Amino acid sequence: MSMSNIGRPTRPETGVAAVAHTSLTGARGLLQDEALIFEMDGWDKTGVDFDVPNQDASDLGDLVRSAPIGLPGLSEPEAMRHYVRLSQKNHAIDLALYPLGSCTMKHNPRLNEKMARLAGFADLHPMAPQSTAQGALELMDRLAHWLKTMTGMPAVALSPKAGAHGELCGLLSIKAAHEAKGQGHRRTVLVPTSAHGTNPATAAFVGSDVTEIAQTADGRVDLSDLAAKLSPDVAAIMVTNPNTCGLFERDIIEIARLTHAAGAYFYCDGANFNAIVGRVRPGDLGVDAMHINLHKTFSTPHGGGGPGAGPVVLSAALAPFAPAPWVVSDGQGFKLLEETEGEAAQAFGRMVAFHGQMGMFVRAYAYMLSHGADGLRQVAEDAVLNANYIKAKLSAVMTPAFPDGPCMHEALFDDSWLEGTDVTTLDFAKAMIDEGFHPMTMYFPLVVHGAMLIEPTETESKQELDRFCHALILLAKAAKAGDVERFKGAPYLAPLRRLDETQAARKPRLTWRPEPTTVAPAPMAAE
Amino acid sequence: MRYLPLTPLDRAEMLGVIGVDTIDDLFADVPAAARKADLFDLPLHAGEMEVERELSGLAAKNRPAGAGPFFCGAGAYKHHVPATVDHIIQRSEFLTSYTPYQPEIAQGTLQVLFEFQTQVAALTGLEVANASMYDGSTACAEAVMMAQRVTRRKKAVLSGGLHPHYAAVTQTIAHAEGMDIARQAVAIDAEAAVLSAIDAETACVVVQTPNVFGVVTDVTRIAEAAHAAGALLIVVTTEAVSYGLLKPPGEMGADIAVGEGQSIGVGLNYGGPYVGLFAAREKFVRQMPGRLCGETVDAEGARGFVLTLSTREQHIRREKATSNICTNSGLCALAFSIHMTLLGERGLRELAALNHSRARELRDALAAVHGVEILSPRFFNEFAIRVPGRATQIVEDLLADGVVAGVPFSRLDPKAGMDDVLLVAATETTTRDDIAAFAKALHTRTAR
Amino acid sequence: MRFTKDHEWVALEGDVATVGITAYAAEQLGDVVFVETPEVGKTVKAGDGLAVVESVKAASDVYAPISGQVVEANAELGDAPETVNAVPESGGWFAKLKIADKAEFEALMDRAAYEDYLGTL
Repeated sequence: MSMSNIGRPTRPETGVAAVAHTSLTGARGLLQDEALIFEMDGWDKTGVDFDVPNQDASDLGDLVRSAPIGLPGLSEPEAMRHYVRLSQKNHAIDLALYPLGSCTMKHNPRLNEKMARLAGFADLHPMAPQSTAQGALELMDRLAHWLKTMTGMPAVALSPKAGAHGELCGLLSIKAAHEAKGQGHRRTVLVPTSAHGTNPATAAFVGSDVTEIAQTADGRVDLSDLAAKLSPDVAAIMVTNPNTCGLFERDIIEIARLTHAAGAYFYCDGANFNAIVGRVRPGDLGVDAMHINLHKTFSTPHGGGGPGAGPVVLSAALAPFAPAPWVVSDGQGFKLLEETEGEAAQAFGRMVAFHGQMGMFVRAYAYMLSHGADGLRQVAEDAVLNANYIKAKLSAVMTPAFPDGPCMHEALFDDSWLEGTDVTTLDFAKAMIDEGFHPMTMYFPLVVHGAMLIEPTETESKQELDRFCHALILLAKAAKAGDVERFKGAPYLAPLRRLDETQAARKPRLTWRPEPTTVAPAPMAAE
Repeated sequence: MRYLPLTPLDRAEMLGVIGVDTIDDLFADVPAAARKADLFDLPLHAGEMEVERELSGLAAKNRPAGAGPFFCGAGAYKHHVPATVDHIIQRSEFLTSYTPYQPEIAQGTLQVLFEFQTQVAALTGLEVANASMYDGSTACAEAVMMAQRVTRRKKAVLSGGLHPHYAAVTQTIAHAEGMDIARQAVAIDAEAAVLSAIDAETACVVVQTPNVFGVVTDVTRIAEAAHAAGALLIVVTTEAVSYGLLKPPGEMGADIAVGEGQSIGVGLNYGGPYVGLFAAREKFVRQMPGRLCGETVDAEGARGFVLTLSTREQHIRREKATSNICTNSGLCALAFSIHMTLLGERGLRELAALNHSRARELRDALAAVHGVEILSPRFFNEFAIRVPGRATQIVEDLLADGVVAGVPFSRLDPKAGMDDVLLVAATETTTRDDIAAFAKALHTRTAR
Repeated sequence: MRFTKDHEWVALEGDVATVGITAYAAEQLGDVVFVETPEVGKTVKAGDGLAVVESVKAASDVYAPISGQVVEANAELGDAPETVNAVPESGGWFAKLKIADKAEFEALMDRAAYEDYLGTL
């Protein structure tokens, strides 16, 4: 035989001690220790090539900036690497279940991305002549039709840019409606203790006083407390349904009746619409206004914090006060009513420049068309089924905050099962990171001690749910077995360990600034 | 349904684990009167091909800006976005992640936000910037409310050159919170007219440069007057590329600078999503709205970034928050930041110079058309012209020649009595042929 | 030194009352990162908001335990909010108030009463 013994070993070395290992450079294998763009000496670089202007001098005299701006540049390969390296330090829904309760982290279909990038939508100017934007207006009109049909409401304001912006739109509609009836003195907004922080913040934003409504032991609005607080000063009640405990407000119709009887309007926070889409129409519950987070229920990507879109459906009582602009159709074509006059004379004003989040409208409409009436109903059913499955499986080791009866699209646990372990909700969540999962929403809603709110959404397979539950059950057992180190120091395996938020807040450093060079740099040591 | 992984068998098995018989049992809390047994009157599910066909059909009814000579601006601008930008923002880790609440597994997003904040601060000439607002118009309204918190005064003076939509949004939102909005008469070149409205009750003065008519103004004197009265100066910019050429707001005395970042990295999108830029003096940081990313260290001393000063925000401060904003425009901020990194200072200055140059070529070409008057004396890449007749009609007429001539000012503000004023913009995407086609079509139309 | 159920303390010297938060409160808040102290000259009634104290995760209002006019605010807290954690009942004071009614002071809990009260929480 001709024997070649050239080559590398093809099995791992045996007998290497399993010790914690650190690299010499700060990298962790594929994870690079990536500098800031300001630290890469790109002060005269660019990754874009331009024509030379034929008039390079400006005629603007001293209106022109003179001092350097302080912006580094990178060539295209360097830029690509910088951002791809950074991307690898992020968790994402495309990597694993992302169980943030209240946030509805579901799969983002790529067809929707492709559609939003069609030149007819992406390269369309908001002030292009309306005769050249008929397809866009038609799409807005169809999206509005779907939203109105699914909610059983007669009108929708499309322009709000996110959920909180939609809340503002809803409360401003309510304020305008009260003023039109000579009821402008109504300034109180009732908000349950379990509400999203945006609800009281929005109410304060429109100059209202916020009064909290108590919650019952089974996690619902306390009707007697509500009745006691409904006075002639109340402008509106803001209720999330299903609520932030993941429960359907059983008395919702009575809540609406009491509210209307007191002359107030019912604002519903629609953040959790995913649980009931296709099965329940908010209009049948007595809702006067509700925002719909297109970035939750209708799956437009969260993009690391936005953009979203928050159209608001409105009852007949509020519809005349919707903000400009509106799309109208005369059978010949579509038209935008952009001013608060004519048909829109009662509009309370304008929420945004232009007409709202068209890019999100396209994605959401593509999502709706893909699912259809049947698919959307299945969305709600599977979302609720998945959450109840998690609740059932995890109840063996964790304590559900509301054990009796089903939950809707999210399962809420408290921290009483951690009592005596010296492990907190935060520690437990951070240990989930080491097991490959994003933590659930923690310490919210405020009404449940050490809350852990898990929302799986309908786009998780049973296998992924089982994998998730398996990991949490192992962790729960470890916590109860006294393996405290696993939690207190977690995460160990993430790109970074726990961060010092105290230092960040005490001495805020919000922008990069060159290090003061008071000391001359030391000569480079010989390699 | 291709997006739903559960099989009928899975569902049956899961119902068993839960201990109920049917899915309806899980909806038992819904009042019977509100349970819909039937499907809604909407189409059934559709495959990718069908959806694509329908949406492509709608898209085809629109004329994209890139389809021919195109001169619309007025707060949104057609610019070239490098291919790299769209590739990177579609990476799963950026596209499909949430707000970076868990910094250990969100350093990608957080470092980008820190870089974005630094870029915005540098561009505006101010010390701190936030991690984005929805768009320029809502950033403007938020700035006015921030001035109210800083000064504890109620009056805001808006210039007549402020984009009418920005004025309307500010009027709608800030007025609801109890502010008095004093908007000056619409004027092409009179930012300084705000001076006469400043008094001891004034919380802030809002000016725009370049303004909605494209006019560039040195607002240093306005800043001095505002400060002398104890008010803040807010400077609005709707064309972010202009930061590459013009003296920045901070250098002219602005306390808060807000801008629309759409021009850099984002695209037109028929009005949204866009990205609001928001920068301020460091001493006001605790009154700023929106998320802020800050530098810190982890348990092993490694540098890292976190969302910080969160006690200003709605999820902690609730009704005492500085704003109700939660979701912002993170992915657009990423696109802005990538594009800005590709440009760098050199590229941005070149881009700005090119825009300014093309706009002056356009001015020269249009000035030669009989009956056309150039109204903006100093401009960056956009200016106002007076046309013989109604601007809306001229725009419709020129469409027949394949030219999208610009934005009639009356569409932004029909009550201003400027029916013959047309706003026209040129950018690096405008070719000499485009300019020639516009001038020719306008000449033919006006000679009629 | 006297105390309130909202965990503020008051020390009186002549007609000037020094106000801060108790060691118990500082411990419960965790790391203090920012204190918004009142403007000198501001007049407050007992129970009015006097200052805001922030940790990373919470912002809490500090109420005036006693009526009076602010004559001095603790400027040190601007650069060193951690003083509130280190020495809450001395160097971590928030404001000094010139008071009119000494009876308000006398009506507050003394240390023994406050400690009894803490025992009930």
